Amino acid sequence: MRRNLILGATLSSLVLLAALISFVWTPYDHAALNIPSKLQPPNSQHVFGTDHFGRDMFSMIMVGARTSIAVALVAVGIGMALGVPLGLTAAARKGSWLDEVIMRGNDLVFAFPSLVIAILITAVFGAGAINAIIAIGIFNIPVFARITRGAALSLWEREFILAARVSGKGAARISAEHILPNVANLLIVQGTIQFSLGILAEAGLSYVGLGAQPPTPSWGRMLADAQTMVSFAPHLALIPGLAIIVTVLGLNLLGDGLRDWLDPRIKVARA
Amino acid sequence: MRLLQIENLSVAIHGTEILKQVSFSIDPGQILAVTGESGSGKSMTALAVMQLLPNGAKTEGSIRLEGQDLLNCPEAEMCALRGASIGMVFQEPMTALNPVKTIGDQVMETILIHKAMSHAQARERAKEVLTRVGLPSDQFSLSRYPHELSGGQRQRVVIAMAIALRPKLLIADEPTTALDVTTQAQILDLLKGLVEEYGMGLLIITHDLAVVSDLADRIVVMRHGEVVESGATAELLHNMQHPYTRMLFEASNHQVTLPQPPQPRPLLEVKNVVRDYRLPRKRLFGVPGQHRAVNDVSFTLNRGERLGLVGESGCGKSTLTKAILGLADVQSGEIRLDGKPVFSGHTPNRDVRRKVQVVFQDPYGSFNPRHRVARLITEPFYLLDAPPTGAERQDRIDEILAAVGLSPNDASKYIHEFSGGQRQRIAIARALIIRPELILFDEAVSALDVSVRAQILDLLAELCAAYDLTYLFISHDLSVVRTITDRVLVMKAGRIVEHGETEQVFSDPQHPYTQSLIQAAPTLPEIGRSMAKPIC
Amino acid sequence: MLRYALKRLISLLISLVVASVVIFAVIEVAPGDPASFMLGVNAQEDTLAALRAELGLDGSKVQRYLTWVGGMLVGDFGTSYTYRTPVSQMIADRLWVSLPLALYALTLSTLIAFPAGIYAAARRGKPGDLTVMGATQLGIAVPNFWFAMMLVLIFAINLRWFNAGGFVGWDNGFLAGMHSLTLPAIALALPQAAILARVMRSSLLDILGEDFMRTARAKGLSRRQALWRHGVRNALIPVLTIVGLQFSFLLAGSIIIEQVFYLPGLGRLVFQAISARDLIVVESVVMLLVFAVITVNFLVDLAYAAVDPRLRSRT
Repeated sequence: MRRNLILGATLSSLVLLAALISFVWTPYDHAALNIPSKLQPPNSQHVFGTDHFGRDMFSMIMVGARTSIAVALVAVGIGMALGVPLGLTAAARKGSWLDEVIMRGNDLVFAFPSLVIAILITAVFGAGAINAIIAIGIFNIPVFARITRGAALSLWEREFILAARVSGKGAARISAEHILPNVANLLIVQGTIQFSLGILAEAGLSYVGLGAQPPTPSWGRMLADAQTMVSFAPHLALIPGLAIIVTVLGLNLLGDGLRDWLDPRIKVARA
Repeated sequence: MRLLQIENLSVAIHGTEILKQVSFSIDPGQILAVTGESGSGKSMTALAVMQLLPNGAKTEGSIRLEGQDLLNCPEAEMCALRGASIGMVFQEPMTALNPVKTIGDQVMETILIHKAMSHAQARERAKEVLTRVGLPSDQFSLSRYPHELSGGQRQRVVIAMAIALRPKLLIADEPTTALDVTTQAQILDLLKGLVEEYGMGLLIITHDLAVVSDLADRIVVMRHGEVVESGATAELLHNMQHPYTRMLFEASNHQVTLPQPPQPRPLLEVKNVVRDYRLPRKRLFGVPGQHRAVNDVSFTLNRGERLGLVGESGCGKSTLTKAILGLADVQSGEIRLDGKPVFSGHTPNRDVRRKVQVVFQDPYGSFNPRHRVARLITEPFYLLDAPPTGAERQDRIDEILAAVGLSPNDASKYIHEFSGGQRQRIAIARALIIRPELILFDEAVSALDVSVRAQILDLLAELCAAYDLTYLFISHDLSVVRTITDRVLVMKAGRIVEHGETEQVFSDPQHPYTQSLIQAAPTLPEIGRSMAKPIC
Repeated sequence: MLRYALKRLISLLISLVVASVVIFAVIEVAPGDPASFMLGVNAQEDTLAALRAELGLDGSKVQRYLTWVGGMLVGDFGTSYTYRTPVSQMIADRLWVSLPLALYALTLSTLIAFPAGIYAAARRGKPGDLTVMGATQLGIAVPNFWFAMMLVLIFAINLRWFNAGGFVGWDNGFLAGMHSLTLPAIALALPQAAILARVMRSSLLDILGEDFMRTARAKGLSRRQALWRHGVRNALIPVLTIVGLQFSFLLAGSIIIEQVFYLPGLGRLVFQAISARDLIVVESVVMLLVFAVITVNFLVDLAYAAVDPRLRSRT
């Protein structure tokens, strides 16, 4: 089953590469208006065609990949940086009030889907990429806290942890030395999945105008712009959509492939 | 015609040979035991009869049930045979039952799936067989769920399911391995009684030679997928042909000679220790109940002495172990090591901790799979104020690995490169490396095959001589405790019910509970024992 | 059982209280005064004060929180800053679109996912399984609003089977209403069904490896009988969690999908309210969504107990 890993890694690195190259080179200036050549379907000059302002779609997709990846990556980072320590702590103090508070807090955040968090944040602070990151990131915290706690709890039952305790090691040291390395695979796999969910969430938020604001290009807003023109210029909707699908599919395959490769027993939470 | 006739059965799974040319047969009313160590293929033989081998299995040879060829039997016909003509009982009663269905439904299902009776009749039959296996329906209603029963009771339900349609052949795969010794004796009696009453053939698979010699009419000894020896029980025991069989019997009753303990000087003093656990509330605002896991336990362990602690599961021995290790505080009483309390206030005392180490049961779960052996066995150095470094550390590692019979090269390997017995040696190395005053062996040889267990017992005897070990050996296995300890404590329901010199307690138990334990434990016949070579 | 339910109920109430405090606090820190926003920069101080009193913006924070929560308990969600109409009425109108849409989608998603997941698990590793898994892999990757646009392009614009957007209203009959919600419901349901089918499959595969499945086979049940009689119900336990979570995703997802189909649901209401800085509407809609999510999870917890006797008797 190495096929998933290879295909996933290929698709993901393709998108990542496009995003990186866009910093130094794009076929056209992604923001340059060129009204005379507007709404061209894909052709030899513009491989992905042009939009209603005559901007080159390929360049916009490349730059848009930057936004998507940055938002999703930072959001996963927030989720891991806060969720993993919380999960480790909750597991180390299983059954205590601290565990109870952390888990109930998690449930509470789970009751606010990321879109609802985004709505709250934008209602108060206005829309923008930063707020989208925060909204998706907050939602990632309980995901990581929960899976870390679950995996850590079963590790705490293992005899090698008892042996470490007999050697006088405290909960913090055991968590760092014994628990964390043994949940690392799980976190890598789940991180990949959350990355792909982050891409989807970012696209959704920008589509409804709660994500990155113009002039920063983003795939979600390209789709929002395309909506009124989909009947006569379907490529405007098809191409950003396919970009999202390829990225998410690549990351999901990468996640599954990594799981099969690292440890097939890992359970991935998809929600 | 034989009830079950297996001829030249070979099984390969994805190209790996699991069984090679296995042949044996069972007659009605006969008990045949297949025995051997792990990896011998004994369970696969049972699954082959049931035609429930894992995917990718290829079979050759023949298995005949009353002449009917099972290997070439279509799946639909096999379904009709399973449960009706062949019943099967599994090792793990805790997981063998569906947790979301009542025991009545599960027993009735055997009957209903074969359309053997009407629903009402099936219900009556379910009541009848459950009563027969010792779960009378006035106490154990059909509407009970598995989680409401103990392990032994669940195994009775599994047996009831298997015999509900009075099969001609019953297969029992390690049916008592997961059970306590007194429960084991009851379940074995039940199986024996059912064989006599119904005239079934019983194919029992077990690693326990004492069970085998007590119960079986015929014995088949297997190793690496092959039958090494088989024959009628009495004959085989008197005249073992194969060296492996002899080794197996010798190892099962392995005796070691411990050096004389020194003059009694107290090391560990346990005084009136009590430990309660809160039970979940029964009613919403009710007062939560208390379970007294350890009840007023007192004993002394002298320096250089080897003390045994025996008892069945749930008797409080693991709670006591944790308290001595300083992993869990006690409600009242006191535990002192070398005169100092294990707990000062509510925090474990570091000075005491470095004097005690532990070896656990599970050779697979006792090590962090991501660390190398050198790091694993030096973990207790954390307890030292000035842990050895550099060359000194390396010397300690080399020395201790050599002491447990491993090579210094093993220090750079990961734990998955070792077998179960080797892992237990590494666990002993980890416990020994800081030269603790006291070592706890918590069921330390229970998960090992008999031949490996014998080697580890020998190692312990050697280490006793070389390092003047003091240990507390916690085990449910009476025969092991008998040879590896000087004194023994018998624990039941949180209390020490009997204590004394090991040989004295075993040969002349005073407390009724000790008597029942020793009575229930299956013993190897003298003939097996006489084959054992003396240990020098 | 009763103890279990009561315990869950208490935890539900605590969650609701904490959630309402969080929402109230977030809205409180919003910069700007709604009254001056509404009346413009030149408003007189006494007019502003009067408006603040009318909107319930005077008084201490604690007082205002209690007024808000107390009002919600009796169905009074306050008065919209922009429309000057009761928020409860605005929400009620929109809820009649959003809630049926979410339920419609949940039903579709479950109806597709359960059979697909069971089918795939029963044929593990065979072509049928690989096909289902491939399809779900794709389904997970498709953003629902893009899928919605494609559905509009194909079924509304090209085939003209459905309207491209808008909602005919329930006054035109149940079927007409459902008809105009069908494309949005499919767009919402399919990606969720892909996730649910995968969860169902992996949960069932876990169960198939359990000891009691082998016991069932040893009793004489065929593979299929064992799967249906012993596998599915046990596999449902983790699947139920996901179904519960999905409801919240569908409700939130419907906010986006409503934009694609121009449906007059809660989503439209919220976005209008955000642009008009009508914070009381945002506050109330968010609270309502959170209430729905927490309540559904409470119901899922109760459903657990119905499926799993171990939970019933533990308490």
